[in-house]
Amino acid sequence: MSLLQTHQLKAFYGDFQALFGIDFEIAPGEIVAIIGANGAGKSTFLKTVCGLLKAPREAVLFDGAAIGGLAPGQIVQQGIAMVPEGRRLFPSLSVEENLLMGAYAKRTGPWSLDTVYALFPVLKQKRHNPSTALSGGQQQMVAIGRGLMSNPRLLICDEVSLGLAPIVVKEIYNALPRVCAGGLTVIVVEQDVGMAQLVSSRLYCLQEGRVTLSGASGELTREQISQAYFGV
Amino acid sequence: MTTHAVSDAGFDVSRATRASRIGGVFALVLIAFLATFPFWADAGWMREFNEMACYLIFAMMWNLLAGYGGMVSIGQQAFLGLGGYALLVMGNFFGVNPFLAVPIAALLTMLVALPVSQLAFRLQGGYFAIGTWVISEVFRLSIANVSAVGGGSGTSLTALRGIEKATRQSITFWLCLAGAVASVALVYWFLRSRQGLALLAIRDSEVAAESQGVNVHATKLGVYLVAAFGAGLAGALYFLGNLRISPDAAFTVNWTAFGIFIVVIGGIGTIEGPIIGVILFYLLNKFFSDYGTWYLVGLGLLAIVVTVRFPRGLWGWMSRRFDLHFFPVQRRLVLHEPDKDTSHD
Amino acid sequence: MLGWIDTILQGVLLGGLYALFAMGQSLMFGVMRLTNTAHGDFIILAAFGAFSLSLAFGLPPAAAPWLAMGLLLPIAFGAGYGLQRVLLNHTLGRDPLPSLVVTFGLAIVIQNLLQETYSADPRSIESGGLNTASVALGGGLAVGTLPLLIFLVAVGMAIGMQMLFDRTPIGRAFRAVSDDKDAAELMGLDHRHVYALATGIAFLLVAVAGTLHGMKTTVSPADGPALLLYAFEAVIIGGMGSFYGTLAGGIILGVTQAVGFRFDPGWGIWFGHIVFLMMLVVRPSGLFPKTR
Repeated sequence: MSLLQTHQLKAFYGDFQALFGIDFEIAPGEIVAIIGANGAGKSTFLKTVCGLLKAPREAVLFDGAAIGGLAPGQIVQQGIAMVPEGRRLFPSLSVEENLLMGAYAKRTGPWSLDTVYALFPVLKQKRHNPSTALSGGQQQMVAIGRGLMSNPRLLICDEVSLGLAPIVVKEIYNALPRVCAGGLTVIVVEQDVGMAQLVSSRLYCLQEGRVTLSGASGELTREQISQAYFGV
Repeated sequence: MTTHAVSDAGFDVSRATRASRIGGVFALVLIAFLATFPFWADAGWMREFNEMACYLIFAMMWNLLAGYGGMVSIGQQAFLGLGGYALLVMGNFFGVNPFLAVPIAALLTMLVALPVSQLAFRLQGGYFAIGTWVISEVFRLSIANVSAVGGGSGTSLTALRGIEKATRQSITFWLCLAGAVASVALVYWFLRSRQGLALLAIRDSEVAAESQGVNVHATKLGVYLVAAFGAGLAGALYFLGNLRISPDAAFTVNWTAFGIFIVVIGGIGTIEGPIIGVILFYLLNKFFSDYGTWYLVGLGLLAIVVTVRFPRGLWGWMSRRFDLHFFPVQRRLVLHEPDKDTSHD
Repeated sequence: MLGWIDTILQGVLLGGLYALFAMGQSLMFGVMRLTNTAHGDFIILAAFGAFSLSLAFGLPPAAAPWLAMGLLLPIAFGAGYGLQRVLLNHTLGRDPLPSLVVTFGLAIVIQNLLQETYSADPRSIESGGLNTASVALGGGLAVGTLPLLIFLVAVGMAIGMQMLFDRTPIGRAFRAVSDDKDAAELMGLDHRHVYALATGIAFLLVAVAGTLHGMKTTVSPADGPALLLYAFEAVIIGGMGSFYGTLAGGIILGVTQAVGFRFDPGWGIWFGHIVFLMMLVVRPSGLFPKTR
């Protein structure tokens, strides 16, 4: 029984077709990665799941319910949270205020300021600082914490490693198991293929709006991935 | 037999449309017809035409500034008023022939717009709009305190006193007609030029335009100056016909209010739009202005409804629906017929 | 010397009124980048509304205006919320033109409807002598009770609004949606609702400002545009994004106008405009800017 499922999902920017029928599914508790080059359709896929882009109602199913085309606010209420690409923290808000904004949807669950600070202790020290005054890695922690504050059932992390030093990326992904300990399901979108394979149990590769490869992360070879990634 | 060895790129870049060619002929005929008015038409008709011509010039310039230049100003009446007062000063105090003074007034207004732009360009968007209004108020209040030009109650254009009435009315009419035609032609020519193309690029994306080598600041300044020239022209022409000027009449924000109405209802960002808008405005005025405040309420509501429901105005809607372009500014790709092989055995 | 102190004092109190005018606009622009060209006209509308309400119940003039204001507040909030939700939300976007034209249209509608209803004659809200009462400050100085009250309300408003923004969940939401509307939506925020709340609150401020203004001086239907300009100047001089800045901007404008009036009544308002323009040249971001 999958938590999120898309069926032949197509997406358009005006007349331009960006997705050509994506079949995707993730079971509760899984960590699934989506990889692909720039422009492959990863962000577009996430936008349709989160309601930022229109999709047919039945094309996206969340825990059996059709959610395609719903407003982002409603989708958050359902239990999907997005950690957006580039963090998109609120510059006028402090670290703590950013986290509190994450709880706007008022869903109940294990995540609160205290548990987020326990996960990322450095944030507690800087809680009153303006969020954009932190280092890149710390900002990413705030973004993830903000996503967790809505107590989602599905967390989507879009390009968490973007612009961060490898050692920082490692530190962040080290926190992932603790994040999932409570049964949280995670989709990880990554440009860093190696990291994606490492943290996920399954992965999908997108290329020009289509799924070119899917399978268990541990079993896919370099060659398979290269071929699917570049389409060569 | 040999085949044709024509080096053919396969397309032309063309601007004219069938509608524009027909429209061009029609326009020339119309202008020629209008030019005969002073010989037979009622003085009242000519006065109405003059007033509408001034609105057309003002609206055309506001459209250039806002619809093409992306600068929404609620202070263009400053330049209209300055044009009128420049005319007054030249005629009453320097003995310049008022008819000659009209284009000079427009030019002087444009010169004043240069330092004004330095102030105005420090603001953006909605605050640019209100800031220009403040600047206009400064002009109004300043002039209202100068008793030499009549202070707050204004004064008359004495320089026209010596001229015989019919002659004065005829020349005023021809000047208004010429001004209206010239302003449309000026805007049309400008938009077809390289500066015009640059302007359209800036309107779509300043950053992208800048990266293509467009000097955004200079282009915007150019547009602002041209719009000021036009507004000054409208002001000079209006008060030439009105014979009396006052700060409240010259600098009232109603000019901009009506101008906005004309452009938005007609269709912003097109040349045909303000023309249609003025005609509509004239008709509405003619039939409904007796209702006073209710007429104005109606205009306000109409502007709101059109902005929300028909953002491209009446002309914009028609133009899209029927693919009509009387003033084609876009360049179209006209594909050639595939070259037929004429070789025979 | 005393004359100068008196002038400056009057200017400061006048500035309080201007700050009152400006608060609502500061809020609306801060949250959703909306320039409401009808802002001044809504203040006048509120003044006329309070005028009519104060006469409707046969209460003594000392109490009537306050009851009127109390009744006006929920009406104003509802009107602001509704206007934003139904009309203004559809005008927002990258292009500043639709919101400018629509609010401009509203201004014309309001001015002319007021004219139809009340005629062009100036009206004033009876306050049972409050508008002529004065408070002696010693040393030969005195200030009007009502202007002083208005000033204190303005200060209170600035403090209240800043606290609302800095310390409450709705204030957080305002700041978040103003920073990044789409990211805020990802948190579950409905921008249409949050924008409408902002306008609702702004109209509360407008209702207070309009009532007090109507008590202090006479109002006529065409007064709106002048108030818009004063509010706008106060916001710019003070710096966008800060309510304390708006208060300071209002005070500076008030003092400037008062000093200008002292030189020559014909140049008072002109002087205020000039100082505003000078500010644009010297410090375009204002004295206490907080926004990017």
